[in-house]
Amino acid sequence: MLRIEYVYWLCGALFFAAGTFDLGSRRYASAAFWMILSACFFGGDAIEAAAAAGNVLPAQFGGIAVVALALIAGSGVLKRRSTNDDDLPRRRASAERLGNRLFLPALAIPLITLLLILSLPNINAADFKLFDTRQTTLVVLGVACVLAAVAAMALTRATPLAAFREGSRLLDALSWAALLPMLLATLGAVFAKTGVGDAVAQIVSAAIPTQSRDACVLAYGLGMALFTIIMGNAFAAFPVITAGVGLPLLIGEHHAHAAVVGALGMLCGYCGTLLTPMAANFNIVPVALLELRDPNAVIRAQWPTAVVLFAINLLLLDWLAFR
Amino acid sequence: MNYWPLLGVAIVVAGFAWRLNPALVVVVAGIASGLLAGLSVPDLLALLGRSFVSNRTLLVIVLTLPTIGLLERAGLRERAHAWILGLRRLTFARLLIAYLGLRQIVSMFGLTNVAGHAQTVRPLLAPMAEAAAEKIEPILGDDERERIKALAAATDNVGLFFGEDVFIAFGAVLLIQAFFSQHGIEMDPRSIAIWALPTAIAAFVIHALRIAWFQHGIGKSRRSTIYSRDQGPIAQEKSDAAH
Repeated sequence: MLRIEYVYWLCGALFFAAGTFDLGSRRYASAAFWMILSACFFGGDAIEAAAAAGNVLPAQFGGIAVVALALIAGSGVLKRRSTNDDDLPRRRASAERLGNRLFLPALAIPLITLLLILSLPNINAADFKLFDTRQTTLVVLGVACVLAAVAAMALTRATPLAAFREGSRLLDALSWAALLPMLLATLGAVFAKTGVGDAVAQIVSAAIPTQSRDACVLAYGLGMALFTIIMGNAFAAFPVITAGVGLPLLIGEHHAHAAVVGALGMLCGYCGTLLTPMAANFNIVPVALLELRDPNAVIRAQWPTAVVLFAINLLLLDWLAFR
Repeated sequence: MNYWPLLGVAIVVAGFAWRLNPALVVVVAGIASGLLAGLSVPDLLALLGRSFVSNRTLLVIVLTLPTIGLLERAGLRERAHAWILGLRRLTFARLLIAYLGLRQIVSMFGLTNVAGHAQTVRPLLAPMAEAAAEKIEPILGDDERERIKALAAATDNVGLFFGEDVFIAFGAVLLIQAFFSQHGIEMDPRSIAIWALPTAIAAFVIHALRIAWFQHGIGKSRRSTIYSRDQGPIAQEKSDAAH
């Protein structure tokens, strides 16, 4: 069976390669950064298994690794590398020669993913599961990436070593931004554990006039959006704000339709996601990937959509939940 | 109730406002919040380490990078650019609106990983959008080029967010169902997903209008700093032609 762990190990191998290439070019800080991350990916299963069995020592080493990664990133010694190889005539000649065939491996990633997901019921029989049933789509994505890489190597007559080198080059361009989604999810877990969410819900529900239906709708929608902006994740905000405001006030006191409250509350949160640098994988990673100078360029491009849509969500909530 | 851990939130806000390194800000905020909640250092380290590795799924997307890197070295972005220039009827707005609609529909069927910033925006959509914009205004300024790429990324986000929620097996819908079920309210996932549909339609209309409006403005805010950071393939091409 193709387990999700294999996918993590492959990521770990890519980080290890990036670290090795950086070591070779005497970029020691970057090398240390990728090596530590690689160790987290290879050791992740052991950490989780040990923690589940009651031994937290490996997890504590993981915690030290997280702090070390943050210190390397924060010290400013990681230098982003430009991804252009400056050999434009060669790239253009190659583009001319290969033509539209160049699109095939790039499109292979989404198309193979799509195909495998659609045919999953046929591949994963009852007695033999080719793909892990946990995180199936990610396993499938991993397989699609490997197949696409093979296709790209065949097309461009490159070696696997070259594939790792190109992957490392892009990783160095992403630099610490690549790590941010994981760090933010970790922060979310810490916030949840330390009761930050409950404190926010308490403050919000203490601040609104509960007898007014419109005030409750506004407080719930704003609460979802604001708490999502803080956490960077509507999923983290939903249980907190719905338990604190949605359930007691909208559904309990004003008899709102629960399914509508849930759906539109979550969508108010999504509008918050479009507005926050905390949602790193959507708003910060693309800035690094597209090599934009303004760190908030993506948020700047989407805030009008988010704000108008948020207002529409509030109106829909007010209208649909109390029919 | 202990309100002190909220200081962690304040650290995040202040850190982003002062533009400190986000990775450092986030970890410092986590440590502060944990200590203020009374967690011991060993417990806090264990919590950090365990949460970190349990979120490895978020980085699986790096597996697309070797393919993208190889293809870019072989001229993928140059090819995407040339291809769009050859399609006369494909305007900037049509390209991005078509992508928006496609992304929404595909996400509605739960296929959220099919596209994304690494898989489709950087290698394909962004160079295509630049090429389509060049058909309107052949010489684009640096700022305008940057805004075009950012809009391409934003379009991917809007399409993903307001498509996936309509899919019944998507995490958000299941989370909503599980939450209400915990609190004694049972509901069918379909009855949740259906209420996301009006917002999905509104998102498409609003963002499509904004794209059309953006196209209207292309070339009208020419900056004097054209090609001050000359690095892109297109930029080179144009300056070659000018000589």
